[in-house]
Formats: sequence, structure tokens, C-alpha cells
Amino acid sequence: MLNLIFDAWKIARKDLTEFIRDKLRLVTFIIMPIFMMTLVGFIFPSQNSLKNIPIGVANEDTGQVGTTYVQMLKDFKTNGSNVFEVTDYSNLEAIKEGIREQKISGGLVTPSNLTSSLTANTQVAVTIVQDQSNPQISALTNQILQQTVAGFGQQIGAKKVAALLVKTEKVNPQLPLVTSPSPFAFIEPIKSTITGLVSGKTNYFDFVAPGIMAMVVMTAVLTGLAASVSRENEQGTLDGILVAPIRRLSIIIGKAIAQSVRGVFQGFIVLLLAVFLFGVTIHGSLLLVALVLALGIFSFVGLGILVSAAASEQETATQLLFMFQFPMLFLSGAFFPLQQMPKIMQDIAHVLPLTYAIEALRKIMILGGGISDVRNELIVLVVFGAVTLIIALPLFNRLVKR
Amino acid sequence: MENNQDNANIIEVKNLVKRFGKFTAIDDMSFNVKKGEIFGFLGPNGAGKSTAIRILTTLSLPTSGEAKVAGHDVVHGQDLLRRQIGLVAEKVILYNRLTADENLEFFGSLYHLPKKVVHERTEKWIHKLHMAEWRKKQVGTFSTGMKQRINIIRALLTEPEVLFLDEPTLGLDPQTTHVIRTFLRELNDQGVTIVLTTHDMNEAEALSDTVAIVDHGKIAALDTVENLKKLVPNVKDPTLEDVFLKITGEETRDIASGKIASGRRFGPH
Repeated sequence: MLNLIFDAWKIARKDLTEFIRDKLRLVTFIIMPIFMMTLVGFIFPSQNSLKNIPIGVANEDTGQVGTTYVQMLKDFKTNGSNVFEVTDYSNLEAIKEGIREQKISGGLVTPSNLTSSLTANTQVAVTIVQDQSNPQISALTNQILQQTVAGFGQQIGAKKVAALLVKTEKVNPQLPLVTSPSPFAFIEPIKSTITGLVSGKTNYFDFVAPGIMAMVVMTAVLTGLAASVSRENEQGTLDGILVAPIRRLSIIIGKAIAQSVRGVFQGFIVLLLAVFLFGVTIHGSLLLVALVLALGIFSFVGLGILVSAAASEQETATQLLFMFQFPMLFLSGAFFPLQQMPKIMQDIAHVLPLTYAIEALRKIMILGGGISDVRNELIVLVVFGAVTLIIALPLFNRLVKR
Repeated sequence: MENNQDNANIIEVKNLVKRFGKFTAIDDMSFNVKKGEIFGFLGPNGAGKSTAIRILTTLSLPTSGEAKVAGHDVVHGQDLLRRQIGLVAEKVILYNRLTADENLEFFGSLYHLPKKVVHERTEKWIHKLHMAEWRKKQVGTFSTGMKQRINIIRALLTEPEVLFLDEPTLGLDPQTTHVIRTFLRELNDQGVTIVLTTHDMNEAEALSDTVAIVDHGKIAALDTVENLKKLVPNVKDPTLEDVFLKITGEETRDIASGKIASGRRFGPH
């Protein structure tokens, strides 16, 4: 048993030495997660990350209210920077043209009777124009614009109700509607407040960081393991190891150790980036994160061996793996919530070990979950790893005994 | 040990068969190799010699039949057998990104040889192979001939009783070939049994005490070079090549003129 571990360690050390000396591979290895995180940040904007969204405003109002509202839009800030970059347009058609030319990502038209309608106490509508070529941005823009319209409307409504209350009291002081009434009790009788499991706001990065981390680690192990075995087979060096009096299992363990070290290292690059560059807060225990990663790696070792046993050439192995990996990226919930997917896709997702690793990481990292919260996920990872290993080891032995 | 007396057989192969699917790579092969001799294994690609070497070095399992090396069965005595042999395979067994010394230390460690022992043994061979000043350099920077010399030292780290070499001088320049052949002869003088496969008739003739000519997975002829030459009495000063042609017939003329690969079936590899 001790020899098995020693032999495995020798092979792991050799693999890692080779890896560290390959400068190009080392550089891509470090740059890859940085790349992925940054790109994902741009593709999926969060509300916090949106600044200076170019929009067009056509203020057709003949009175003063339109001007006040537009000024409010121009001054609207989150985290100290302007949300919108407002350009004035003459009318709805001009805004549509602006969107078509991709100069603006949306727009708003105030009607000519805005002020007069409000004075006359009738309801009035402003028009929000959306850019349908960009659903992500337009959904956010719509949401923010609607909020500003509603907020602005509420302020006006509150003033009117307050005035109304004063009048009622004057006309009939014996019958006050309520004691010390607030106008908001009439315009917005029920409010909602939001509370979470952890303090602070979460953004898309909080959601995606555990996903990318699990994905990077596990694909590194999966491809690394298969490529490393098939490369040695192709180059002939595997014969040099096989002809030595060591057990086949120590070869596999050694290779798995080397790949795991690489994978965990890469995973922590993602973690550091997430924390220091993208402001992700980790609420759970880092030790537990490491445990999930380790078991995630374990769940993939068998699959990696299976692939290297099936493909004797490195290129075939890489292609085979791509077939596994590509769907897994989308089905495991790394980038998109599983709940968004059709039922059948969700069922497939629940066969993939990556899904469980990511779920467990999210529970720990975002929600501050403990080991009892991720027990089921950990069990699935262990079982998946054990079953694939039981299938893979005899196949590997057969490969090397051709 | 049963093989300690002179002239004892260090390799015994009996009715060995190896099939890959429907293809029979080794077809009921039997032969013995005496302790201390240089045994030449001749034959075209696909004749079964590399497969035979793989079985004798435990890299492949026989379909049926028996084989023993240094008294250990290739199926049941693998662990002990592996400690008695060295292998120089068709492809160089070294890692390009490790230095010569690191490669030797790594492979030595697989046999649980301490670094000190590896260095002592390396020291013993490396000067004869003119590689002493290259020990600290990465193998990837070496020429084919330099790699092969370190590769041979790697195979000798365990001080094996039998050294298997598969085409050890293929693609090497005459100087390196000369160095390696001289080295192998010296090694043999020190008692190491050498099993050598080659297409090169001159090499086989220059080195081998006994030659086996293999074709279609069978031993077509097996004897000393001198005795084999007696098979072609009508040729003046016969060479091993003449014997080869005589024994393996027409098909081998293609092989002798160098068109080895065209249209021949190979075992899966």
C-alpha cells in the first residue's frame, strides 16, 4: 500500500515537472481562467456593471413635468456613476432610427399632454422603446426606465393625495379619513422588502464564479488525465513505466494526483480573480470548497481513464472529450440556471457530476452553507467517481496489456 | 536459480501464440536463448518479432503458450521478471522536458533504486557512450543518437540479466551505430544476454551469436551465423542476407530491397 502511494507520487512529480517546464502550456494554463472570467463578465452584464447606457429621449411635453423627468433621468446614478447617457431626439421615429443605427440601446417618449393631463388629474402614459436585437440589455433598460417612471409618478401621486387629505380635513374636520394619514398609505398600501440568506447584494459573478471554478478544475482533470496517458502511450514512454515492477493502479493514481494539483491550482486562480477582481464574497468555508473540488475531481478520474483507455491516440482522446465537455458546459448550470431549461435537459443535467459539484459550490460560496447542506451532492460525486472507476480500471488494464 | 550454470537457457519460449482479433501475429513459436549470448531476431515488419519482444518483456499477454525469462513466467512471474530485464524499445523511452539525469533518476526510482545507486551505475556507462557532459541537459535538445545512448543507460539501470533491444541503431549515423555496437559487445562480454531485433543484416551478422529468422509469426530458421551460412553452399562468401533470401523466399526480396511497408499487413500497434 505504501509502495503504491510512493510510486504514484513519483509519477505525479515527474508529470508536474514536465508540465512546469513547458512554458507555453504553463502560460495558457494561468491565462485561461482569467480570460474566461473576464469574458463572461462582459457577456453577461449585471445591473451593477451597467453604466452609461446610451438612450434617446423625445420630450414632446409642452409643459414643465417632461423637462423635470428628463433631467432626473440624466442625473440618475448608481454606485456614483450615471446609469444613462441621454441624447435628445425629436420624436418616436427618430428614436427608432437611432436604435436601428445602434447609436442607442433604447428610448423614451413623453406625450405632449403630460403636464396638462397631470394638471387635469387624468392618467397619462409615457412610451418606452426597446432594442429587440439585444434582449439582455433591453430587459435591464426597460426595467430601470419603468422604475424611474413609477417612482416619478409616485412622487406626483403622493403630492396629490397629500393635498386631497388636507382638503378633506378642511371640508369636514369631524370626519378625518384616518389618524395622521400618510399619502403613501393610499398610493402604495403594500410594499415588499427583500431579505436573503446572507447580507449584501449578489450579482451574476457570484452565481457564475462557482460554476467556472468547478468547470475549470474538472475539465483540467478530465482532459489532462486522458491526454497525459495517451501522450505517453503514443510517445512510447508508457512502456518504460509498464515494464517496471510497479502496479497499474499507481500509474493512474499518480497521473490523477498530478492533474488534480493542476486543477485545484487553476480553481484557486478563478477564486482569487472572483474575489479580488469581481468583488465576489465567499460566505462559506474555503476548506469545504476545497473538499467539494477534491471530490469533484475524484468523480471525473474514472471518466478520464475510460476515455484514455478507449482512445490510444492523443488526438482521438481530445476529440472524444470535447464531445463530453461541450454539452456539459451548458447543461451543468455553470452559466445559466438549470431552472431555465426544459425538463428533459434538466434530467440530463442531473446525470452529470459537474452539476452537483456546482450546486454544492454555490450553496457554500454564495449561501454560506455547511457540510450538512451539501451532503447529498457530495454523496453523488463519490458514487459517480466510484462507479466509473470500477468500470474504467479493468479497461485500462486491458489497454496496457494489448 | 535454475539458470546459473553455463549454457543454460535464460529464455524459453514454447508454443507461443498471440492473436489480435483474426490476425495471428505469433503462430506457435518455440525457441530458447542461452545465457550470455547475443540473440538476433530477424524478420520483416509484421513478422511478429516486436510482438514477441513485448510478450517477453510483459508488455503484452500471450493468447496461449508459455514463455519464461530468467526463470520467471511472463504471465505469472511478471514482477520478478521485470527486475531481471532491460528494454530498449522501438521508441525512445525518455521524457524530453527532463534532463538526462532526471530521466534516469525517475526510471531508477520505479525500481526503487536510490539516487546514489542510479548515479553510480550511470557513471559506469556514460563515459563509454560519450554522454558524460550532457547529463544536466534536457533530453529534448538531444539528437536521435544522443537520446538512444541515454535510453540504453536507462535500460541498464537495474543491471539486468537480459537486455532486449528493438532496432537499436535504426536511423543513427555510422559513428553512433559504431559506438553502440561496440558498447553492446562489451556488455555481452560482461555476461549480459542480449536479444536484438533488426532489419539490418549487417548488424545481425556483426553482433549475433545465434540468429532466428522470423516470418509470418513463425521461426523459419534458427542457428549460429556460421551454420546458417552453410544453408547457401552455392554462394561464394555468403552473407546473412543470402541466407535470409534463401530461407524466406520470394516475398522477402521486396523487403531486402527496402520496400518494406508497401501492401503488407501489420499487427495492430
